[in-house]
Amino acid sequence: MSILSLHNVSLRYDPDGEPVLEDVTLDLARGDFISVIGRSGSGKTSLLNLAAGFLPPSSGRVLINSRPVTGPGPDRAVVFQDDALYPWQTVVENVALPLKLAGVAPAERLQTARRLLDSVGLGEHGQRRIWQLSGGQRQRIGIARALAARPEFLLMDEPLGALDAMTREMMHGLILKLWNDSRAGTLLITHSVEEALFLSTRVVVLAPFPGRIVLNEPFDFGRRFLSGENPRVLKSDPAFIAARERLVTAIHDEETV
Amino acid sequence: MADTTLQLEARRPADAVVAPGLSWGRFIGVATILGLLLLWALASALAWTSPVFLPSPARVWDALVRAATIGYANATLVEHMAASLWRVGAALGCTLAVGVPVGLLIATSRIGRGILDPLVEFIRPLPPLAYLPLIIIWCGIGEPSKVLVISIAMLAPIVISTVSGVRAAGESQIRAARSFGATRGQLLREVMLPAALPSIFTGLRIALGAGWTTLVAAELVAATRGLGYMIQSAAQFLVTDMVIAGILMISALATVSEFFLRWIERRFLPWIGKQ
Ligand SMILES: Nc1ncnc2c1ncn2[C@@H]1O[C@H](COP(=O)(O)OP(=O)(O)OP(=O)(O)O)[C@@H](O)[C@H]1O
Ligand SMILES: [Mg+2]
Repeated sequence: MSILSLHNVSLRYDPDGEPVLEDVTLDLARGDFISVIGRSGSGKTSLLNLAAGFLPPSSGRVLINSRPVTGPGPDRAVVFQDDALYPWQTVVENVALPLKLAGVAPAERLQTARRLLDSVGLGEHGQRRIWQLSGGQRQRIGIARALAARPEFLLMDEPLGALDAMTREMMHGLILKLWNDSRAGTLLITHSVEEALFLSTRVVVLAPFPGRIVLNEPFDFGRRFLSGENPRVLKSDPAFIAARERLVTAIHDEETV
Repeated sequence: MADTTLQLEARRPADAVVAPGLSWGRFIGVATILGLLLLWALASALAWTSPVFLPSPARVWDALVRAATIGYANATLVEHMAASLWRVGAALGCTLAVGVPVGLLIATSRIGRGILDPLVEFIRPLPPLAYLPLIIIWCGIGEPSKVLVISIAMLAPIVISTVSGVRAAGESQIRAARSFGATRGQLLREVMLPAALPSIFTGLRIALGAGWTTLVAAELVAATRGLGYMIQSAAQFLVTDMVIAGILMISALATVSEFFLRWIERRFLPWIGKQ
């Protein structure tokens, strides 16, 4: 069982400046769904970049199964806020790219990519171009692409940030289903408290200046949704509302400091 | 289904805005050319200047027909055009083969940048007529010298456009490929090069312009074929109609190559300008 862990990690972009992240410790195991929430500038993207291996920590350690991370790798797929898709490729080629990079034969990788496109509801759009699709469709392609190489971890930086409320709700169900099928340890960065609560097995609140964890709590609303409970009923459950208030307070408390 | 409707709605307005602008622009373009032709015909018909300075359109047409049928300066018009086209085409091939890799190196490697960037900056402002004699001393007066002179003139635009094209690749597009385990070579092939292609094509246009400009200079020396040679032969005997005919043919070739490039862009690089 793989574990991606951050051990007492601190990060400074400027060696003499204030730390952007300070003493962050977090474990992401297979089957986990951790949401990170916090104000703008609290270091959420920096945290994800550390986990992805795009940045080295200034102090502390980033480990996978106790081995230090030295750079990005196909075991940790990233979904970017700006979809980061390639307009010179068709939709299905985009999704198949991680497999192409891994040396999988064309027929096989296209077949896998088509199956993934089906699973995100874009089966008929394989031959289209990226710019012919809507924002929500693009994010679904980004997620399908990230899952193509069967990563152990899925790191998502506000993948739904640019979407309207209705599309977001549809995406929530989809993300939970894909997570449940793949069991990839998922780190989701989000601005939405409801989204974090509804999707995650664990929610982490990051407070800014310096970025540090001020709340780290497990939840099971996503699992209850997967086992068939109605999302509307779930979201009006007193437990859900109380948890939402707790999270909002944790974020808000820091705002007044 | 909802997806398809959204799609259609999103595209139609964009097309509608572009189309009338284009045809209006084209109309003005055609009108300008016709107007100039008329002015030219008028000027020679009313004998504003001597025909040695400005022969009539009809005489230029005669010169064209003459060159095309019985030939002028040791070869027919088609042979002259083929020679010039071959030189520019060969130079373009050489420049692309050298310039794109050089641009990729400058954009992606600090050492490559340190070595190659000053060289390109050195070559960039040089006028072809300045280094033409040197090239003749080094490489003789044969065909390779001519192709080389044109290639050097084309090099800088190709290199510079490749460099800026690679820089235009989005940071997250590059990070995405790296997170999927791309090697350096894969990153170059799958992301940086395709991202640079639109810019490289712009550079190619500029390079072709420089190529046609340099062609005449290259054909100054010991050429026996080529539009530049034809023009210079005609100029020595003040055969002005043939000079103008040659100029028009160079312009025609340049225009055709420009349209060819546009066609390639539309056909093979449909993502240009979309993102
Ligand atoms: N490349 C960088 N160089 C220097 N400082 C940076 C860099 N990236 C981020 N920062 C700083 O680090 C802090 C945290 O940035 P980060 O992007 O991680 O925040 P975030 O929580 O993702 O914010 P948002 O919600 O707006 O995306 C900010 O103060 C930002 O100015
Ligand atoms: Mg961010």
